[in-house]
Amino acid sequence: MANSTLSESLNVQDRSGSSSTMNTSIYRRRRLVNAFNMGASTLTMAFGLFWLFWILITLLQHGLSGINMQVFTQSTPPPGAQGGLANAIYGSLAMTLFGTLIGTPIGILAGIYLAEFGQRGWLAPATRFINDILLSAPSIVIGLFVYEVYVVSVGHFSGWAGSLALALLVIPVVVRTTENMLRLVPNTLREAAAALGAPQWKITLYVTLRSAKAGVLTGILLAIARISGETAPLLFTALNNQFFNSNMNQPMANLPIVIFQFAMSPYEDWHTLAWTGALLITLSVLTLNILARWMGSQKTQSH
Amino acid sequence: MADNNVKLQVKNLNFFYGNFHALKNINLDIAPRMVTAFIGPSGCGKSTLLRTFNRMYELYPGLRSEGEILLDGNNILGRDVDINLLRAKVGMVFQKPTPFPMSIYDNITFGVKLYEKLAKTEMDDRVEWALRKAALWDEVKDKLKQSGNSLSGGQQQRLCIARAVASRPEVLLLDEPTSALDPISTAHIEELIHELKEDYTIAIVTHNMQQAARVSDFTAYMYLGELVEFGETDNIFTAPKQKATEDYITGKFG
Repeated sequence: MANSTLSESLNVQDRSGSSSTMNTSIYRRRRLVNAFNMGASTLTMAFGLFWLFWILITLLQHGLSGINMQVFTQSTPPPGAQGGLANAIYGSLAMTLFGTLIGTPIGILAGIYLAEFGQRGWLAPATRFINDILLSAPSIVIGLFVYEVYVVSVGHFSGWAGSLALALLVIPVVVRTTENMLRLVPNTLREAAAALGAPQWKITLYVTLRSAKAGVLTGILLAIARISGETAPLLFTALNNQFFNSNMNQPMANLPIVIFQFAMSPYEDWHTLAWTGALLITLSVLTLNILARWMGSQKTQSH
Repeated sequence: MADNNVKLQVKNLNFFYGNFHALKNINLDIAPRMVTAFIGPSGCGKSTLLRTFNRMYELYPGLRSEGEILLDGNNILGRDVDINLLRAKVGMVFQKPTPFPMSIYDNITFGVKLYEKLAKTEMDDRVEWALRKAALWDEVKDKLKQSGNSLSGGQQQRLCIARAVASRPEVLLLDEPTSALDPISTAHIEELIHELKEDYTIAIVTHNMQQAARVSDFTAYMYLGELVEFGETDNIFTAPKQKATEDYITGKFG
């Protein structure tokens, strides 16, 4: 008995020993293929990063010189005069804020419906499909839609119209991330809450949504990051305003359109302001993304 | 009313996952303040049976049951039964620990608050009582405000037992409560089961036959959706009537 197992193990060793000499060519080939693939993916990554950094460096070169207190305190100037971007910064912040405030609750509620209540019937799959289309719809289409439905009927451009267009961009992003994050919550947690006799709305609100809190907030931040740079939907809705305006019912200045207008102009000082505005938007989007990543990595540990 | 020696009476129970016939004509009486264990190979329907006792299956579409399950003589499978009230009476602990994303204290009060309105001091007492029942009080009494996720796996499972006990159910269903735990935590929980049976009727599903032999008063052996043999644990393990039960228990099969 002992003898036979010993000889068997020896046999195995023999076999593996001889086969390892046979396999070196295969092994070497595999290492080569691995080195090639590794190199190719590193190169493509470097290629992508190269452009990104070039954009960032160009932005910093042209934009940094323009940053001073005036940018934040004075409104957009006529060509040749002194001025800043205060009206555009305020407009962008206000419309992003209201767009998020309108879009987020709708998005979260719809996401909850899809993840928690949509197992049966046709409504959830249909909503999910339409939401996917909305998610990839060109933002200019959203702008045109709000122009046609709201701006035309009230007869003037306004900050509200801009917020509405931005809200329509927020909704699909938030719906998608909310649904995905809720789906990541293990079913056992829902069952455990149900087993105590909790009604479904309490399970969703106090257990499921709470577990997915970090993920849902990340989705909202990403949505804000997305709308803070949008130009097309504001072109047809908020338009622009040369002066400082805090009335949401009036046309409103905003960074993307000021950048667009100033960059296309022949005036040197307008160009500088456009670069500064572009830098401001990029930095805030960057900050939001970093914040979103950080929150996403925090996960559910803290409650 | 019903027989005093029967807490849960299963009558001609059939269960279907869509077209799949998962439980076939189950008839069984569960005695009050006793531990009844369900054993059998994977897929035999023991967990499915347990999940009919609190109608947990209703969370998912396409599952249905036929027959009757009487809790103190009242059919809990009836249409007019309030499922949430039923689940408040029939508590459940799952295979994996499932602490809610909130503090240890809030984990316990979550279920209590659903059906009782208690003053702060009463609630504090209830939390301590439940945690003591689950033999967890000494380990967590100084960190009740900490997240339930910060506990170890065995502690989390005892937290879940405390949570189930806190709302004072009549029946406690344990679905492989120790399969994700180490031997020491398992021993803790088995001791707990012994103590809890003074107040509660307990049904436990387990893959571990020694565990069934250690903790239960009655044992049901199931195979392919049928109840093969049911009787006092001592008899099942020492003198099984069916050949199939004997084969499974002695390890010849399964």
